[in-house]
Amino acid sequence: MVHFSTDGRPLPTPTPITAPYFDGLRERRLVLQCCPRHGYFFYPRGRCPECLGDDWEWGELSGQGTVYSFTVDRAGHDPALASRIPFAIALVDLDEGPRLVGNMVDCDVGDVTVGMAVEAAYEDVDDSTLLGFRPVG
Amino acid sequence: MGKRAAAIAGLTEWAPKRVWDEPMFTMEACARLAAEVLADAEVDKGEVDGLVVNGLRESPLFAPSALAEFLGIRSNFNEVVDLGGASPAGMVWRAAAAIEVGICETVLVFVPSVPAPPQPGSNGGPMKMKMGAYMGGEVWGSPQGQFEIPAGLVAATPSFAMAAQRYMAAYGVSEETLAKVAVDSRYNAQANPLAVFYGKPITIDDVMTSRYVADPLKLLEIVMPCYGGSAVLVTSAERAARCPHRPAYVSGYGEHLTHKSITYAPDVIDTPIRLAADRAFAMAGVSRDAVDMASMYDCYTITVLLTIEDAGFCPKGQGGRFIDEHSLRYDGDWPLNTHGGQLGMGQAGLGGGMSHITEAVRQVQGRAGERQVPDCNIAYANGTGGMLAEQVALILEGA
Repeated sequence: MVHFSTDGRPLPTPTPITAPYFDGLRERRLVLQCCPRHGYFFYPRGRCPECLGDDWEWGELSGQGTVYSFTVDRAGHDPALASRIPFAIALVDLDEGPRLVGNMVDCDVGDVTVGMAVEAAYEDVDDSTLLGFRPVG
Repeated sequence: MGKRAAAIAGLTEWAPKRVWDEPMFTMEACARLAAEVLADAEVDKGEVDGLVVNGLRESPLFAPSALAEFLGIRSNFNEVVDLGGASPAGMVWRAAAAIEVGICETVLVFVPSVPAPPQPGSNGGPMKMKMGAYMGGEVWGSPQGQFEIPAGLVAATPSFAMAAQRYMAAYGVSEETLAKVAVDSRYNAQANPLAVFYGKPITIDDVMTSRYVADPLKLLEIVMPCYGGSAVLVTSAERAARCPHRPAYVSGYGEHLTHKSITYAPDVIDTPIRLAADRAFAMAGVSRDAVDMASMYDCYTITVLLTIEDAGFCPKGQGGRFIDEHSLRYDGDWPLNTHGGQLGMGQAGLGGGMSHITEAVRQVQGRAGERQVPDCNIAYANGTGGMLAEQVALILEGA
C-alpha cells in the first residue's frame, strides 16, 4: 500500500511480512530473507519463491551491487513525483544475488551507466526510510 | 499442419481517438460492437454461445453474466481475461481452444475502451484518455506499492525504457535504429484511415529530436493513449466456411509469463515471448520463413525489436541489424504492423492489442485495401502485457 509524505511523495506502507525489511532500512541496514537452499530473495514474503519453504532467516547484506539497468524519468510518470524530475530509477543486482529497485542518489542522472558499481543509500522521508543507491569508487 | 478447429470469421474496429465525443457505457459499447461484428461475419446473434471480455465497468463482478443478460445471449463459454495488452491475443486462443474442445461454437471477443457518460455531479465535457499511473499497485499488501511505486517505477514507459537501456548496453543498438520502427509504422499508418496519425508521416529526425520521456525512449517511440473499441468473432471451422470472408484459422498459439514488475523479470532483454512464440510455431507446424506478415505488439519501439528477436525471426542481438536491413512497410520486404501498429494507429486501451489481430485477419482475408500484402496466407500476431510480462503469440492462417 502507498501513503503520502507531507510533501506528497508516495511512501511504502509495510505489512507484517515486510516490516523487518523496512525496520532495517531505518537502521541503515539492508536486511533480506535468506533461504537455506536458495539464498537471499527479494521482496519479503512468507515463503521462498524458489522452493516455497518457510525455513528462511533474516540476514544482513553488504549493500554492494551493480546497476543492471536504469532509466531517467523526465516526464513525471507519477504526478506525485513530478517536482523531482529528472530522477534516475535503477535496478541493482546486489552482490549476494537479489535484484532491487531504488533511486540513484548523490550523482548526476547523466552519469548513471549499466554495470556501474553502487552501494545502498538511505533516505529518511517522514516516517519512512527509502532505499536508494549511490556510485562507489 | 496446425490446428484448423476454429477461425476468426469477422471483425469490427473503431478509429482510435484521443478525445471521444460520444461517451457510452461499456455494455452499450459491447452491444454496438456485437451488432457490427455479427453483421461483418453474417452470423445470427442466436448462434453465439460464448463471450470473452476483459471486464465490464458497469459490472466489476460477474462481468460475463452481465453481458449475456444485456445482449440477450445464452452462453456456454464465459471468460474474463486479465493479461494487460496481451489480453486480446489471450482471449482469441481461449475462444479457439473452447471451440476445439466442443464446449461452444461461436464466441464474441470484446475489447471496448470508451469513456462513460459523465456521472451526475461530475464536471462532464470530453475526456482525454488517461491511465492511472499505479494501475492498482497501491492496494494494501501489494509488493508494487511498497517497492516500485515509492521509487517512481510506475506506469509502463520507465520499465520498457530500462529494457531498452539494458539492450543498448548489451548489443549497442543505436537510437536511430529504434527510431526506424516508429517511422516505418507511421508510414503504414498513412494507408490506414482509422489511424490517429493518418495524414501525419514522420522522419527519423522527427523521432530523434522528440523529447526524452524516460531515457533512452523519446516521445515518438511511445504509443498515444486513445479511446476506441473492437471485437472479433471466433467460430468453428465448419461455421467459418459458410461466412463471407476467408476464414483466418487460429492454427497455433502460446502464452507465457513470469513476473509483474520489471524488477523481477528474469532477464529484461530475453522476454517471455520466446516460449510463447516457440509453442505457437510448433503447434501450427509453421516455420518463421513461411510468415507473410507480422503483427507485433508495439507499445514502444524497443518492444518490436525484442519481439523480432525473441519470436525467433533473427538471432539474439541481431534485432537492430534486422530492422536496419529490412523495410517494415506494407510494401516492403518484411511487412510488419501494416495498420501502422499502435505507434501509428494509437492505443485504444486493450483495443490497441486487438489491432494487431484485426490487421492480421484483414491481411489473411485479403481485405487490407491499399496496404494489402500480396498472397498473405500466414500471419504472426502477438500481444505483450504489463512490463514485458504477459506474452501471447498467435499464428493465423488462411488455408
